[in-house]
Amino acid sequence: MENFQYILPEIFISVSIMLFLLVGVFKKNSGSLIYNLSNISLVILLALIINLSSLDTIYLFNESYLIDNLSNYMKMILVGSGIFVMLTGSKYIQVINLNKIEYPILILSSILGMMIMISSNDLIVFYMGLELQSLALYVLASFNRDNLLSTESGLKYFVLSALSSGLLLYGCSLTYGFSESTNFDQILINSTEFNYGTTFGIVFILVGLAFKISAVPFHMWAPDVYQGSPTSVTLFFAILPKIAALSVFIKFLYTPFANMNDQWQTIIVFISIASMIFGAVAAIGQKNLKRLIAYSSISHMGYALAGLATVSNQGIQSSITYISIYLVMNLAFFSCLFMLKRNDNYFDNIEDLSGLSKKHPILSFSLLIVLFSLAGIPPLAGFFAKFYVFLAVIEQSMYFLAIVGLLATVVAAFYYLRIIKIIYFDPEKEEYETSHNLGLKITLAISTIFILAYFIYPSGITEIVSKITMI
Amino acid sequence: MNFPILSSLILLPTIGALFILFTKSSSGKYQSSKYVALFISLANFLLSLYLWYVFDKNSVDFQFVENREWLSGFINYKVGIDGISILFVILTTFITPICIISVNATITNRLKDFLIAILIMETFMIGVFCSLDLVVFYLFFEAGLIPMFLIIGIWGGERRVYSAFKFFLYTLLGSVLMLVAIISIYWITGTTDVEKLYELGINAEYQNLLWLAFFSSFAVKTPMWPVHTWLPDAHVEAPTVGSVLLAAILLKMAGYGFIRFSLGLFPIASENFTMLVYILSLIAIIYTSLVALMQEDMKKLIAYSSVAHMGFVTLGIFTMTQQGIEGSIFQMISHGLVSAALFLSVGVIYERHHTRLINKYGGLVSIMPRYAIVFMVFTLGALGLPGTTGFIGEFLILMGAFEKNILVAMIASLGVILGAAYMLWLFKRVVFGEINNQELKSMKDLKTFEIITLSALVIPILFFGFYPEPLMNSIEASVENTLNMYNFDLINNLVSKD
Repeated sequence: MENFQYILPEIFISVSIMLFLLVGVFKKNSGSLIYNLSNISLVILLALIINLSSLDTIYLFNESYLIDNLSNYMKMILVGSGIFVMLTGSKYIQVINLNKIEYPILILSSILGMMIMISSNDLIVFYMGLELQSLALYVLASFNRDNLLSTESGLKYFVLSALSSGLLLYGCSLTYGFSESTNFDQILINSTEFNYGTTFGIVFILVGLAFKISAVPFHMWAPDVYQGSPTSVTLFFAILPKIAALSVFIKFLYTPFANMNDQWQTIIVFISIASMIFGAVAAIGQKNLKRLIAYSSISHMGYALAGLATVSNQGIQSSITYISIYLVMNLAFFSCLFMLKRNDNYFDNIEDLSGLSKKHPILSFSLLIVLFSLAGIPPLAGFFAKFYVFLAVIEQSMYFLAIVGLLATVVAAFYYLRIIKIIYFDPEKEEYETSHNLGLKITLAISTIFILAYFIYPSGITEIVSKITMI
Repeated sequence: MNFPILSSLILLPTIGALFILFTKSSSGKYQSSKYVALFISLANFLLSLYLWYVFDKNSVDFQFVENREWLSGFINYKVGIDGISILFVILTTFITPICIISVNATITNRLKDFLIAILIMETFMIGVFCSLDLVVFYLFFEAGLIPMFLIIGIWGGERRVYSAFKFFLYTLLGSVLMLVAIISIYWITGTTDVEKLYELGINAEYQNLLWLAFFSSFAVKTPMWPVHTWLPDAHVEAPTVGSVLLAAILLKMAGYGFIRFSLGLFPIASENFTMLVYILSLIAIIYTSLVALMQEDMKKLIAYSSVAHMGFVTLGIFTMTQQGIEGSIFQMISHGLVSAALFLSVGVIYERHHTRLINKYGGLVSIMPRYAIVFMVFTLGALGLPGTTGFIGEFLILMGAFEKNILVAMIASLGVILGAAYMLWLFKRVVFGEINNQELKSMKDLKTFEIITLSALVIPILFFGFYPEPLMNSIEASVENTLNMYNFDLINNLVSKD
């Protein structure tokens, strides 16, 4: 029984979910109440996770559940960004009439699923967490059910995601069949010899994971889902599943399959290069900001994977740093998007930003910072994210990956510049509303200052991340 | 020595920019913020003069070095200056107030934002010349793109968007390869500290590739033929002040980079690639001079002349002689002053007549006599007449070139003639001749602030033209040191090969 103190966060969030469901059933129109309660419970959850973070590696439940530095850090940024996602979206879901009790509850359940994914040390536990988060995400994507695009995106996501889950399961069963265990550490021990079955298993599992992280060539769902979902859900999609999937990626590559890095390294390098290039090129022609950010996130995932491809602690740490900075940039970007509101309508086309800088200097300045940071221009945070990744990549003498990646940033810079051009150089349009809820303003302020001032003390994240060692 | 004077130089403009950002001006014209910006930039100029005063000219070491832990354990924030960089720092702090004074003439909308952009730009420019760590250098070098992109794009001419994009993407493309090289250097030697790298040296087998990666960045920024095409566009579309900053300082970053990094870190590769640089420089000198002859737009003509002048600079640097390198540095300072002055002069008449086409002007001497005089000084400075700074630079470069390669030097000398041709022809067409356009008659001569800015540029051009000693003194020891290190490394390499 004493084990339960270590999974207190998971237990707490499960109990909260059930409790909120009960409240929702017995109390009419309690959408806002539950929304706020969920937010508070996320804050408590964060505190609980931080409380555990001083511990060493702990195996639980017959070694199927693992709490270590990696899982703690990932859960922390997961829940932390979850809080900000909720804060920024609160006004939005009221305006577009989505303020139902299911919305926060689904978000909490998918966060629970992600936490289980992050901590899993067993194929079955991992799959359980994955399905919990995916099922919640299917519903969230189509949450705006009267909107054609939203239902379409939910369905699309469901069909493709189910397919990838199938592939993943197939991979898991192959791995299990040839390595005789579902436990990650056991698989590692059993798969030392040259083992074709497990190699196939790796390929299928990587395909499934690449789908979750929306890496090329398994990215097809991303643009439609990003565009179709309600913006608050898009923000959720852009950050949280990526954190979970990346951490599972790290876990799979460096625990059960650590001995087979010759086999998977090429795959990761290919996925990474393809994502960087495709994300950069395909975003050029986009007209919708949400769609554009989908392509941009594809290319960002390419960079995060580039760190993983190095088979070094430095690389893993750089990927984790990358995703941490990436999530702040996305928070800032979407906060700006939530501010494009006029008469209860939200705008998300690039053209809607035309001449924004004249009437909304502060908002445009934040967007400017965020976009240059996404493009990876120093001295903003986005540059350091890329810098760490390339530091790790070049350490392993993977010059091809480094050069392709950096050239892709130049291509990507073009479409970020195009948005800046529209904001700053083009003739102005109608004004947007200037009154926003406090949560949104705080999120935007914190994230912009983080991006802008990152260079003053860049070692902050690296010091925390440097505790995470897998090899 | 505890006072961090270099960091203050770097940070002061940013603090000024923040101050302007957070002050609300009651009148819509933001005059007060202009005075704040002017005050800050003048204070910075005085600070840099003080720096020059306390700077020990006989020492070859880096001075005023500050070294702080920055990127946990492996990269430090390190700044410091030697005799070469101090001149560029002073050039930067000198040009910036001039830009701010002449802002009114060209910038009508969003003056406040413009001042902020210029001050931020100053921070980055000073940072480039002070940084003694490759990563810090890269940071400042690249960061300068952001304000410049906005300056061209927001306040530029008709095709400003195209030019701003071209400027940004060209430079970024060149620079990313430099980033790869910098990271590689870190893994090869274990440090990116320039001083340590000078001591350690970089293994000869890596040098060629690393040199090329740095070259790709500097060549775009210089700009060298054939990657110079962004420059005319950027110059033509940028507002006057933007052109001034671009020509006077941004282009010098690359020349400075060649001396500090290409020569200092990769001597063997520099020796290998000397011919490549000679050829590209010669093409730049001859070809762009010819192109400049054919230009109808004044700004474009000056932009092409900049490419030609920078061709001399790269040529001089890679002669690897004391005269050549000193000449190059001198030429960069001189070009910084002269091109800034020329762009301001074009700005003066553009503001009155709203065209930059040469054939719309003529006979200005009888309408604007004072203008004609200063413009003449600048023209003569650009073509390198003895008595102006331009002469000393070109003369030393050619001296260095003759020592190394007579053919190269002879071809380069042709460039001097061509330079005289296009500058004098420009001057003749604009200032002399008949007044063929009646609208010109209403043009007023120089206003007070124009007299201030232009004469502030005339004085150093003539003063250092007659008496270059102060500048030469401060660079001499550092250049000698650079060359000694360079030759020492080369000999070592030969010895180790045998």
